[in-house]
Amino acid sequence: MNVLTPRELPELFAALAAPGARVLAGGTDLLVRLRADLRQGRKVPSSLVRLDGLEELCGVAREPDGALRLGAATTHAGLLAHPLVRVELPVLAAALADLGSPPIRNMGTLGGNLCTASPAGDTLPPLMVLGASVELASAAGVRRMALADFITGPGRTRLAPGEIVTAVLAPSAREFAVRHFEKVGRRSALAVAVVSLAALLRLDARGKAVEARLAWGSVGPTVWRCPEAEAALLGQRPTLTALKRAAAVVRARVQPIDDLRASAAYRSEVAGNLLLRLAAL
Amino acid sequence: MKLSFILNGATVRLDAEPDRRAVDLLREELGALDVKEGCGTGECGACSVLVDGVQKLSCLMLAAQLEGRTVVTAAGLGTAEKPHPVQRAFAEHGAVQCGFCTPGMAVAAAGLLAENPAPAREDIRRAVSGNLCRCTGYVKIIDAVEAAARELAARKGKTEDAR
Ligand SMILES: Cc1cc2nc3c(=O)[nH]c(=O)nc-3n(C[C@H](O)[C@H](O)[C@H](O)COP(=O)(O)OP(=O)(O)OC[C@H]3O[C@@H](n4cnc5c(N)ncnc54)[C@H](O)[C@@H]3O)c2cc1C
Ligand code: FES
Ligand code: FES
Repeated sequence: MNVLTPRELPELFAALAAPGARVLAGGTDLLVRLRADLRQGRKVPSSLVRLDGLEELCGVAREPDGALRLGAATTHAGLLAHPLVRVELPVLAAALADLGSPPIRNMGTLGGNLCTASPAGDTLPPLMVLGASVELASAAGVRRMALADFITGPGRTRLAPGEIVTAVLAPSAREFAVRHFEKVGRRSALAVAVVSLAALLRLDARGKAVEARLAWGSVGPTVWRCPEAEAALLGQRPTLTALKRAAAVVRARVQPIDDLRASAAYRSEVAGNLLLRLAAL
Repeated sequence: MKLSFILNGATVRLDAEPDRRAVDLLREELGALDVKEGCGTGECGACSVLVDGVQKLSCLMLAAQLEGRTVVTAAGLGTAEKPHPVQRAFAEHGAVQCGFCTPGMAVAAAGLLAENPAPAREDIRRAVSGNLCRCTGYVKIIDAVEAAARELAARKGKTEDAR
């Protein structure tokens, strides 16, 4: 495989136009997969096109509408170190803080996490509750779409051939008083989520929820939302009683699977129980 | 491709396949046998090196990604005469048993101390959480990193007193 390091977007698009070319960001998903493919005699790309030579794909900036623009090739550690991410997107920062391990966070990127589109991808539930969108670019131009539309299934996205994710646009969560992310895994570092929950609650002056956004990871083929549980929280203070009622709604509706990490029954129990944590916030 | 980077303080120039894994290049072409391969899939941290001062996994990097970088392996942290405080502390605190995880641990610890010279115990635990050790149970490793941080602080105090 050839490895190319374009310095500008047009050069990148030209490189991606070659047959068998593949984007290489941090390599923490791709290089693991390619090695397995090589060993099993499966086809591998003819060239890998690096993103880390393009400064415009890295870093955090403020958009005119107030949202934060997170460069797709920014590493998890780079995002975590950024004050705007910590202050305005704490639900994302919490997920990044426990993603993989320190070296994985030093190498892995946000764009890579989205494009891998794993059911256990840790940045996905927080970005979903934030209402984030993605900016995509190719030789044909730039387009934006909601993250919820971009990810279509496990490992599947709307990325067109020759197209890359250039940035994630995430509206600030400052007006949400309750912001929470929690991942349950088999251990604390290097753990693939067994179940995760990202939650944002907007409260009125009396502490009652006027908006609830909940998103779970690892309980379905992609991030799972539960409008019925969100509705159950509206007009309520997030007390244990109210949260238990919403948790029952979650357990009745969630349809996780058994796998080597956990049983479906355990997952649905935990998917509900994770909500109870909001009572303590 | 023609490749050039700094390895443990010395400039190296060589011809390499751009998709050669960095761990293979370092071990097989450059003799850096202190870089260990445990899992080859990012899970164990044994292959850790500092790239421009940041802990990375050489099993998930390609030769082309080393171009123009400064790479430090465990052996490059210090010498037998002038060991890095982490190297000395690992030896003195029984933080080494079979030794297979040690180079990666030392690299992770040195990376931490460069960024945070006075880490809390919890910071140390987090900093080495990407490095697996099958022998020690980690306690002595964390003790050693704490001791190294103390030594660094004492050295710094001394140079400041001398001024
Ligand atoms: C030991 C280990 C532990 C891990 N733990 C976790 C964890 O706890 N949680 C978690 O969510 N993930 C985890 N991961 C998975 C992985 O680290 C993350 O998904 C990471 O964010 C991937 O980013 P990357 O830059 O390394 O992607 P790469 O491996 O470089 O790329 C992944 C895929 O996305 C494509 N791609 C990358 N960037 C773009 C872009 N901007 N535009 C278009 N396509 C692109 C690539 O072509 C490739 O198909 C772990 C991985 C390892 C090896
Ligand atoms: S060999 Fe690289 S992380 Fe295990
Ligand atoms: S000392 Fe043996 S693996 Fe750590």
